Amino acid sequence: MSISKKIVDDFVAADIEFVTTVPCKQLAGVIDEVDARPEIYHIPSNKEDEGMGLCAGAFMGGKRPAIIMQNTAIGVTINTLVTLTQFYRMPLPMLISYRGELREPVACQVEMAVHTKALLNQLNIPTYHFHKESDAAELPEILKYTFMCNKPVAILTDASFWGGYGDQ
Amino acid sequence: MIRSEILREIAPILRDHLVICNIGLPSQELHMIDDQPTNFYMLGTMGLSSSIGLGVALAQDKTVISIDGDGSVLTNFGTLPTIANNVADNFILLIVDNGSYGSTGDQPTYTGKKTSLAAVAKACGCENVIECQDKDTGKVLQEAIDSKKMTIIVSKCDSGNIKLPVITMDPVVIRDRFMKSVQA
Repeated sequence: MSISKKIVDDFVAADIEFVTTVPCKQLAGVIDEVDARPEIYHIPSNKEDEGMGLCAGAFMGGKRPAIIMQNTAIGVTINTLVTLTQFYRMPLPMLISYRGELREPVACQVEMAVHTKALLNQLNIPTYHFHKESDAAELPEILKYTFMCNKPVAILTDASFWGGYGDQ
Repeated sequence: MIRSEILREIAPILRDHLVICNIGLPSQELHMIDDQPTNFYMLGTMGLSSSIGLGVALAQDKTVISIDGDGSVLTNFGTLPTIANNVADNFILLIVDNGSYGSTGDQPTYTGKKTSLAAVAKACGCENVIECQDKDTGKVLQEAIDSKKMTIIVSKCDSGNIKLPVITMDPVVIRDRFMKSVQA
């Protein structure tokens, strides 16, 4: 089974029915898989803070949400994470491509990678890092934990996890 | 009319529906005029009233009205294509367009100059876009609810604010009572 299929299977098993995405090359497979599933309403966002607003609404409307985005989005969404998701105590699994780690070909991505965990730590966001494919075995528990504690939770997925990035 | 006068006039219509109310003075005014558990007051996060409202509307069947402002729509312009391409016929976006950032001291926005939010919404693909004058907002809003078609209303009004206190209700209480209203 592909890792993208396994991840989306875990989403569906956790009753996640509303997923918003902002694309990243590393996430293309999982976004395709989200889009293909009849159990999930896939709503692409134009910016990640907009996506978090959609997810907050879906949660209050009775559907479990998730967001799929790149780590650069942490820079975009700090205000939304703090004043909406955390302030109102809402759950939000965030599947994040962790660009700028080993096997990264684009130097600029490293500039955000070096801040990613520090920012998440500063925001008191529980953070998990998938480096090897077997790390994804914890995803069902992470999703359960997220909806138990009503917090945003970050799942960082690096290039090694996805099997490399392009030809690098 | 200024925004608080519009809100006072449409409060009897809003009362029966789920309402997402924009940050700052709009929420404070609605809270003072007619606090309801069906009102979700945004205490922060400028720009996301329309996104939150669309999310609520897509997740359940009750009518949802997002009260937004011209400044807030300008700050989250990406919301209009998302709305246009994810039609929820139980969703109404009411943009109170007073051409200014009211909560921060009435600095002018571009909608009081060359930019037309109604034209932008149409260009983004929104199918039912109505620009109206402040005094007609109640009638247009009721018609939009009755039409059961997703509608974007741009209500052109005067800028101006009234003095009123901030909302001190706990955000989790606001969220909890809103969610109970959704489920009721």
